[in-house]
Amino acid sequence: MSIDTPAIEISELGKTYASGEQALDGVSLTIRRGEIFALLGPNGAGKTTLISIICGIVNPGPGRVRVEGFDIVRDWRAARSLIGLVPQELHTDAFESVWNTVSFSRGLFGLAPKPAYVEQLLRDLTLWDKRGSEMRTLSGGMKRRVMIAKALAHEPRVLFLDEPTAGVDVELRRGMWQVVRRLRDNGVTVVLTTHYIEEAEEMADRVGVIHRGRLVEVEATATLMSRLGRKQLSVNLVEPLQAVPEALAERDVSLAEDGHTLVYDYDAAAEETGVRQLLAALEHSGVAYRDISTRQSSLEEIFVNLVNHREDGAP
Amino acid sequence: MNLYAIRAIYRAEMARTGRTLLQSIVSPVVSTSLYFVVFGAAIGSRIPEIGGVSYGAFIVPGLIMLMLLTQSVSMAAFAIYFPKFLGTIYELLSAPVSFLEVVIGYVGAAATKAVILGLIILATASFFVPLEIAHPLWMLLFLVLTAITFSLFGFILGVWADGFEKLQFVPLLIITPLAFLGGTFYTVDMLPPFWQTVTLLNPVLYLISGFRWSFYGVADVSVALSLGMILLFLVLCLAAVWWIFRTGYRLRE
Ligand SMILES: Nc1ncnc2c1ncn2[C@@H]1O[C@H](COP(=O)(O)OP(=O)(O)O)[C@@H](O)[C@H]1O
Ligand SMILES: [Mg+2]
Repeated sequence: MSIDTPAIEISELGKTYASGEQALDGVSLTIRRGEIFALLGPNGAGKTTLISIICGIVNPGPGRVRVEGFDIVRDWRAARSLIGLVPQELHTDAFESVWNTVSFSRGLFGLAPKPAYVEQLLRDLTLWDKRGSEMRTLSGGMKRRVMIAKALAHEPRVLFLDEPTAGVDVELRRGMWQVVRRLRDNGVTVVLTTHYIEEAEEMADRVGVIHRGRLVEVEATATLMSRLGRKQLSVNLVEPLQAVPEALAERDVSLAEDGHTLVYDYDAAAEETGVRQLLAALEHSGVAYRDISTRQSSLEEIFVNLVNHREDGAP
Repeated sequence: MNLYAIRAIYRAEMARTGRTLLQSIVSPVVSTSLYFVVFGAAIGSRIPEIGGVSYGAFIVPGLIMLMLLTQSVSMAAFAIYFPKFLGTIYELLSAPVSFLEVVIGYVGAAATKAVILGLIILATASFFVPLEIAHPLWMLLFLVLTAITFSLFGFILGVWADGFEKLQFVPLLIITPLAFLGGTFYTVDMLPPFWQTVTLLNPVLYLISGFRWSFYGVADVSVALSLGMILLFLVLCLAAVWWIFRTGYRLRE
């Protein structure tokens, strides 16, 4: 296998559940080796379905998936050996000890016992003191770290983290990111899902935006963030207008609520937002206003915008 | 073959039994011993011998079979049902293990436990009633084959079940009555002709008959037929397991 073989190669993957729910629709995506890739999308977008197919938990629909060159159906054993998964929900056997459950995972993935490795893993995740404890005695945060230890027990080349920080406190989140970065530095590819833009921004080298089962955007994180950093300025007018004033015509301004509000879309991250000029222009054309307000576009709106943008551009 | 995975599953299952020793070993042994006390030491002496065997000793093979059947079914069924119930099955599904390896791990552990349980009950019985084992190797063969077959059956049950009621229903309401009515407490020729015919339709009769033969050399039906029946069950269960494997039935969406 050549060194340039991508970590994950997905082509035209679809999935319709038995219930008739179409969870994935023609997803194509290449994830490079050694990158941290974030799948960003609202609840129900299909993130878990995508991960579950790659990991072998859900039967795939049409299309194909390769992990470091191994087809997940034909070469399932080789493909799965390379993958570690931390699922979205915390599923644990309450009466098993930390040490046993992590060692079990290593065996299940076909590797000989290696106590020194498991010890290092537990130490890295600050679980060493808890190695003899039963799962039921652990806090939620510790359980999640055990799940990470289980996923790493067989020294995987690709790690999937499904909503890793849902319900996780700030300190644990920081610790987890440290672990993830260290893995990346050791050449492990990390794929995480999230519905928080900030999380994708903080962690990922690249981001894929998924919405209603379709991958609508794949970008380097910085590029995407500049496009997502848009804000909206609303100007509440004293007298309703029939049309956008002449002086504002060439700006991205529209009229809403029966002419009572002027809405201006702008890039908050830009050097020159245009807000000052807009207000000056209003003053100059004698349009009186009662109030102004700004707000960040919601994630949902951003997704919808991205999708619309895609669909408009489609042939 | 992922041998480390089989070993990991097998060990985890055996360790689980260690944690639930009271429920998985002590309680079946105690409840079976009660029969030996009552029928062997207490009222057994008032019941005539059957085929030259004291009544207390006569019922031992049937009772061991009863425990072997119910316990291997429940243990294997719970073993695979539990990960489904808890959600920990995600790990089995995502691991590089074939269904065959999963079956060997779980069924192997359940069968091991059932055989150990059977031997403990046998040893316990010898304290209460005079025991002789005419064909020890055949006895072990029947014990092991039955344990494997019914652990497989339990595994299938556990895959199929979507609630705890179904798991308890089969051992309690199907297997226990079949064992009681399959000649644990009497020989077939003690029944009126009509009931003899009905009893011959009871598959468990063949298991008990063969097993008892290995102890006392007397049987309701020929030993070859007993062995044939158990092998038939084994093949049926293997076929069902193979079908589950092909279709991913109730394991993978
Ligand atoms: N096992 C399932 N059976 C039927 N529909 C499902 C199943 N799992 C998920 N879905 C549906 O598929 C869609 C995608 O879900 P999911 O992959 O869990 O999204 P996400 O992880 O992005 O929140 C949703 O509409 C969800 O209701
Ligand atoms: Mg999800």
